[in-house]
Formats: sequence, C-alpha cells, structure tokens
Amino acid sequence: MSAGHSHPLYLHGSSPVHRLPAEVKIVAAFLGVVCVVVTPREAFAVFGGYLLLLAAVWAVARIPPGWIAARSLIEAPFVVLAVLLPFTGEGPMVEWPLLGDTVLTLSEPGLLGAWNILVKGTLGVLTSLTLAATTPLRDLLLGLQRLRAPSLVVTIATLMLRYVDVIAAEARRMRLARISRGHDPRFLWQAGATARGVGALFIRSYERGERVHLAMLSRGWAGEMPRLSDAVTTRRQWAAGLCPVAVALALAVTGLVTA
Amino acid sequence: MVLAMHMSDGLVNPPTALAFGAIAVIGLAVASSRARRDLDDRTAPMAGLVTAFVFAVQMINFPILPGASGHLLGGAIVAMLVGPWVGSMCIAIVLVVQALLFADGGLTALGTSIVNMALVGVFVGYAVAFALRGLARRSRRGLIITAFVAGLVNVVVASLGFVLQYAIGGAGGADIGTVLTLMVGLHTLIGIGEGIITAATVGAIAASRPDLVYLLRRPGPPLDVRGRAVSGSTS
Repeated sequence: MSAGHSHPLYLHGSSPVHRLPAEVKIVAAFLGVVCVVVTPREAFAVFGGYLLLLAAVWAVARIPPGWIAARSLIEAPFVVLAVLLPFTGEGPMVEWPLLGDTVLTLSEPGLLGAWNILVKGTLGVLTSLTLAATTPLRDLLLGLQRLRAPSLVVTIATLMLRYVDVIAAEARRMRLARISRGHDPRFLWQAGATARGVGALFIRSYERGERVHLAMLSRGWAGEMPRLSDAVTTRRQWAAGLCPVAVALALAVTGLVTA
Repeated sequence: MVLAMHMSDGLVNPPTALAFGAIAVIGLAVASSRARRDLDDRTAPMAGLVTAFVFAVQMINFPILPGASGHLLGGAIVAMLVGPWVGSMCIAIVLVVQALLFADGGLTALGTSIVNMALVGVFVGYAVAFALRGLARRSRRGLIITAFVAGLVNVVVASLGFVLQYAIGGAGGADIGTVLTLMVGLHTLIGIGEGIITAATVGAIAASRPDLVYLLRRPGPPLDVRGRAVSGSTS
C-alpha cells in the first residue's frame, strides 16, 4: 500500500515543491486561487502575472509546461457556459468583422463575463494541477489530517483512496467477463447490462466493506486512523510555501487598485 | 455536461462562494454526526467503501449519443442505498478528492459544488424516494419507478442549485432566464439517463440483497436479548 499507490496526475519528482509538506501546498493553492478570484476582471495584465507566477512554480517543481497544458483540457466542459455569454448577453454590442460582409455581433458585458469565467477557471485548474502533480496520495491525506480535517472525513477518504483501484479493477473485470460471455457493448443497449453490473458492483463493495471492517477490528481498530507520520512542519517550510501566495496577494492588490 | 457538479473558480463571486462554503461545512458536520448513528462503529470502513464505489462508478462511461458519453453522478443511488446522511458524506468526499487530486472543479467553488451535489441533490433525491416509499415497498416495478424519479429529480435539483448560486452571485453577464432554461433543459436530459441507470441499478440490488437498500429497511422490533432466561433454563 505504501509504494506505488499514485494518482494519474502525480508527476514523480524530488523538487523543493514536491518535498514541501502537503498542508502547506493545500493552503497555498487555496489562497492563491482566492487571490485570482477576487481580482477584478478588467485587470487584464494582472492575470498574466498570475500565469508567470505559476510558470515560476513549475520551473522550481520541474514540471514541463506542456505536461500541464495537456492536462488542463480537463477544464473544457466547465467553460461551456462562458462560450454562450457573448451571444446571449445584453448591453452595448461589439461588432466583429468576419469574412466578407458577415459581422459577428457580440455583447460587451457578455464578452467580459466570458473572459472572467475563462481566465479564472483556467488559472484555478492550473493551480489545482500543480498541487496534484507535486503531491502523492499519502501526503495529501497526511496534509488533510494536519489541517485538522474531521477525523471521520480523513478516515473515509483514506479508505476510499486505498480501495478505489480495487473497485475500479473489479468493474473492469466484470465488464471483461460480460464481453467474454457474449455481451456486445454498443450504443444504448449496453445500459441495462452495465447498470446491473453497477448493482452487482455495489453489493460487492458493500460486502467488501463488511469484511474490511472485521479485518480492521481484528487488527485493533479503535475508531481512529493511526498518525501516518511524526514529521513536524517547520516555520521555514510554511514561509517557503507561502512565498508565491505573497506574490499573488500583491498582484491581487495591484488589480484591485488599478481597476 | 457535468456543469452543476464541478463548478470552476470564478463562476460565482467571492462572497457567494464563501457563504456556500459555510453552508457546506455546517451541512457536512450535521451529516457526519447522523452518519455515525446510521452505521455506528462500521461508519468509516463502510462509508469508505461506498465512496470508493461512487468514485469507481463515475469512471464507467455510458453512451448518450454517438460520440458523446456521460457518467453517473450517483447521488440518488447512494441516497436510496445507504441513506441521505452517509450518502451526502460520500458524495462530498468524492468532490473534495476530485478537486485536490484530479483538478476537477475549482478549489474556491468546492462549497457551491458540495451544496449542489452532496447536500441539495442527495437530500432532495432521498426526499422524493421517501415520499414514494409506499410505492417502492409494494412491488419491484414501484421501486424501479421510485428510483427513476429520484435519479431524475436529484440531477435537475442540483442544476437548480447552480442557477440559484448564479442568480445570487454570478460573475458572468448572462441573463438568468437563459441560464435557467439552458441548465434545466440540459440537466433534464442528463437526469433521464441518470434516472434509467439508477432504476436499473437499484432494481438489481433489491433483487438479490433487498436488505442493503436503506429505503426498504423498516425499523424492526428492538432485539430482545433473553440471555438470563436462557441461562436460567439450562442450569
């Protein structure tokens, strides 16, 4: 369990960012995104500053920008609304000459609104990706524990992350078993069989939960996860981790003052 | 298609995000204390495995149209199977982990997403199922209809939560009527799919392990321990 259990967005490394305690990174990422969100949308240059700041963090963490860019496409479905805003908005309209005589008429507040959602959403995703790329699962749970997240939540999250691969693999095996017994998963007709498979998967997960509970009891479970590490986070680590946040704060203040 | 589930950063303004963050924390605190009552000392392992189930199920893609596929959100399923308290904890933890490890949904939008999906979605889905419990207990067909309606309502109500948050503190310039029509229209279609899968899944579980369906459970008579009487008769 201790080795190899990594998540798909983790980029193995040993940079200073990787070595920073997870709770520092969670707090820094959260505060950084807060700075982005409070920045007025008209402060265009400031958003460029945030991007440079993130690029600096990637350089320190040795994350190739292309690696991040490919994964930031995850955002695409969330910004559907942004695409519609310029067409549905009201107020002063802007005309955008296209080919020949065709002119695209767009709403100005709509465009600004779309920009707002797009730029803040993108910076948010890039920040989250940076956090995920530099923080392995175990550290993240430890970080949540140190941030005084309710112990029940940390315990459930720990067990969930430990078993999610087991259950996902079970789902894949069930699908394989269905196919090898003549099931032809195509278009809508597969929904019935797949849903029954989901039902079976729930029963297996629940029964596995019962067995895991008994196994935990027999190994001395008393309702609390043992502390995963005794390492103490130093002030210096907090200071190092919060450096980018100070820059982000300065950028946010600049944006608030100038706009 | 999962707009209501994973809101991105900057979609609503900071005060709105903060207010819904506070609602999410309070709601989850209540849910976690009630979840302990539902599952006692089994809470952590059982909820952990049910959460892993939700996570795994969200990886299974169902076809919607050729080229487009969607996944189950699972709010109504967990509400009917493990009850609203454990269910909302499970969905909330899935959302937190997705935001922290998979960059799914913004960090500052976690509060709004948790309120929509884990609190409003799960509880309204359960309320619908609970209101129809007479029908659900009567026959298999009744249970399937109940599950379908709960799945549909769960998704539509979660999207309405988004519209409400957007109306309170939306950062875009879109007309609220347009957003409402768009979101509810889109999520009714998604909800029908969710409803069908929810119905088939709950139906399959009820066929083999009806005792695992929270909605079908009835408070039985308290266990009568007659240890003394037994030991008395044997001695």
